[in-house]
Amino acid sequence: MDPFRSDSPLAPPPIRRLKLDDPEAAKEATEPLTPAAGSGPQQSGFVTAKRSVGAPQFSIRRMEIDGVSVHYGAKEAVKGVSLPVRQGEVLSLIGPSGCGKTTLLRSLNRLTELTSTATLTGRILLDDVDITEIEPTLLRRRVTMVFQQPNPFPMSVFDNIAYVLREQGSRRARKKSLEPKVHSALDRAGLFEEVKDNLDHPALKLSGGQQQRLCIARALAAEPEVLLLDEPCSALDPKSTQVIEDLIVKLRDDVAVVIVTHNLQQAYRIADHVAFMYLGDLVEYNSATALFGSPREQRTQEYVSGAFG
Amino acid sequence: MEPVQTPPQAPMPTVPSTPPTPDGPNPLRGGKKQGASEGSATWAPIDRVGLAICWALGLLFCAIAVAIVVYLLVQGIKFLRPEMLWTPAAAGFSEGETGGFSDALFGTLIVAVMGIALALPTGVAIAVWLVEYGRPAGLARVTEMTIEAIAGIPSIVLALFGTVIFSSTALGFLSRTTEGVVFGRSFFAASAMLSLVALPLIVASTREGLNSIPRHVREASYAVGKTKAATTRRILLPTCRPQVTTGAMLGLGRIIGDTAIIVVLLGATQNFSPVEGVGFPLNYLRGAGTTLTNFVYEASPTGNLNQPQKAYAAAFVLLLMVLALNAAVDVVHRRARKVGTWSH
Repeated sequence: MDPFRSDSPLAPPPIRRLKLDDPEAAKEATEPLTPAAGSGPQQSGFVTAKRSVGAPQFSIRRMEIDGVSVHYGAKEAVKGVSLPVRQGEVLSLIGPSGCGKTTLLRSLNRLTELTSTATLTGRILLDDVDITEIEPTLLRRRVTMVFQQPNPFPMSVFDNIAYVLREQGSRRARKKSLEPKVHSALDRAGLFEEVKDNLDHPALKLSGGQQQRLCIARALAAEPEVLLLDEPCSALDPKSTQVIEDLIVKLRDDVAVVIVTHNLQQAYRIADHVAFMYLGDLVEYNSATALFGSPREQRTQEYVSGAFG
Repeated sequence: MEPVQTPPQAPMPTVPSTPPTPDGPNPLRGGKKQGASEGSATWAPIDRVGLAICWALGLLFCAIAVAIVVYLLVQGIKFLRPEMLWTPAAAGFSEGETGGFSDALFGTLIVAVMGIALALPTGVAIAVWLVEYGRPAGLARVTEMTIEAIAGIPSIVLALFGTVIFSSTALGFLSRTTEGVVFGRSFFAASAMLSLVALPLIVASTREGLNSIPRHVREASYAVGKTKAATTRRILLPTCRPQVTTGAMLGLGRIIGDTAIIVVLLGATQNFSPVEGVGFPLNYLRGAGTTLTNFVYEASPTGNLNQPQKAYAAAFVLLLMVLALNAAVDVVHRRARKVGTWSH
């Protein structure tokens, strides 16, 4: 029997196409994903995703990426990308592995400089100031980053946040004076309720989702203007993922959020603008509903519908 | 058919029902345990011989270590009297009249403190530079090779080198000078050379500790706008406190056990011999003295004093110090384990 006939039991499952909601009907929804009734792996299933965020209330241009190219030695990881980053909205960078989205994210707070072979051409402006003219540590306080793997410091929960707040070189600030700021950072990250009974609990003993929220609280404690998130939920279970997604949406009014994600559904759920990158090029930049609903480029259409990735 | 109502029962723990095996014992029911861990019955002969040799050597050296400790314990308890610890050595005709070894005990403590005080900051600084900076690469390699070379130099050679250095007139302020001739042997001289003995151990342990911290922790600190100095001082060094402590304890152990440098560079006296005309404490530190190792050497049956009972007592005290150091390392490690490690 021919194994490639679609009715044989050995046939590969057909490509599942993502059917998205009508853009006009996008409202605050609470449940992110509801599988369509009666679908299963046997038929070509339609999965319905709902956007969990309404339209942004306002948007202020905070960062401008202008013709940026990043080379690691001879290899070009990012080729001539130009994007705006705005406060009041969530910008999501999507694309298959190796497309340069993480490199682009890291260049926003000059973390690429930690790699000695990396060179950057083009300009990145933060509030109309070129970031190479700002001292790196000052820049990184204004543009903070949360990584894929939760990495709290091997100290207590309180000390993790206090470390960010304590100034360099001056007399070690008293615990009492730092308490309000620590509490507010934990509150903004949605972790305060769970840890408030014992802030001296070692941070490494928290669960994965709690550790990642602690890392977000740590990044927020520096009171940044831009928050960068590099696949923050990829190592977490769905419940923690949802908590963090709700948190990101709540934060977008205070900070400009740039999130790199592998998960197309997540990008659809929480992003306002989406930039699709492929092999270092910026293929398309558009609002989320437009990019997922009616993409301009062929390549975007193929990626969004799951033809490759 | 009337409906059968089963009375409510407490839920019973469900045990997976195992089908009866026709032959051989049921592995889930106990019985003869087979296959829980692989035995060496299926190995090639050479591997079985190897395993037997491993067992034999391990047990042999356990036995040797235990024998040394037990023998010294027995002899020490037999001969150690508390007044030996605070009575200095004195001239006499029999063992009962020659006092104790308090000067030797204090000498060991002084040399240990001074040696570690020199070695610890230097060793940690070298290790931090090697791991966090390490540029230019040629200089880093030379530094590594130098540290390894120092680790390999026999301590008697270090002692000889010490005599050359500390006998120079420029360093005369570190020891006594008699009629223009620099004596060159003092606590300063001995401690300086002993710190070289401890240095490679501290560097190696600290490097291992720093390298074991994953790169993303440093990145997390930079990503919230902290400088390299703050990261090193507040995150990295506190995290590798166990390894630094282990290195320091190992170094301390080597320092208090070293004999060659003491015999050559400490002046080979039985008691403290302070320098005249200088105030406390410099008069002692610039003068000559003795340590427990030197005392054991002199008091052993082949030494000058031939007081074997005191030799055992002093050796016992030395052993207790080393065991206490090892116990302290264990305590530090256990406390560090409570903080948790990264799971990745």
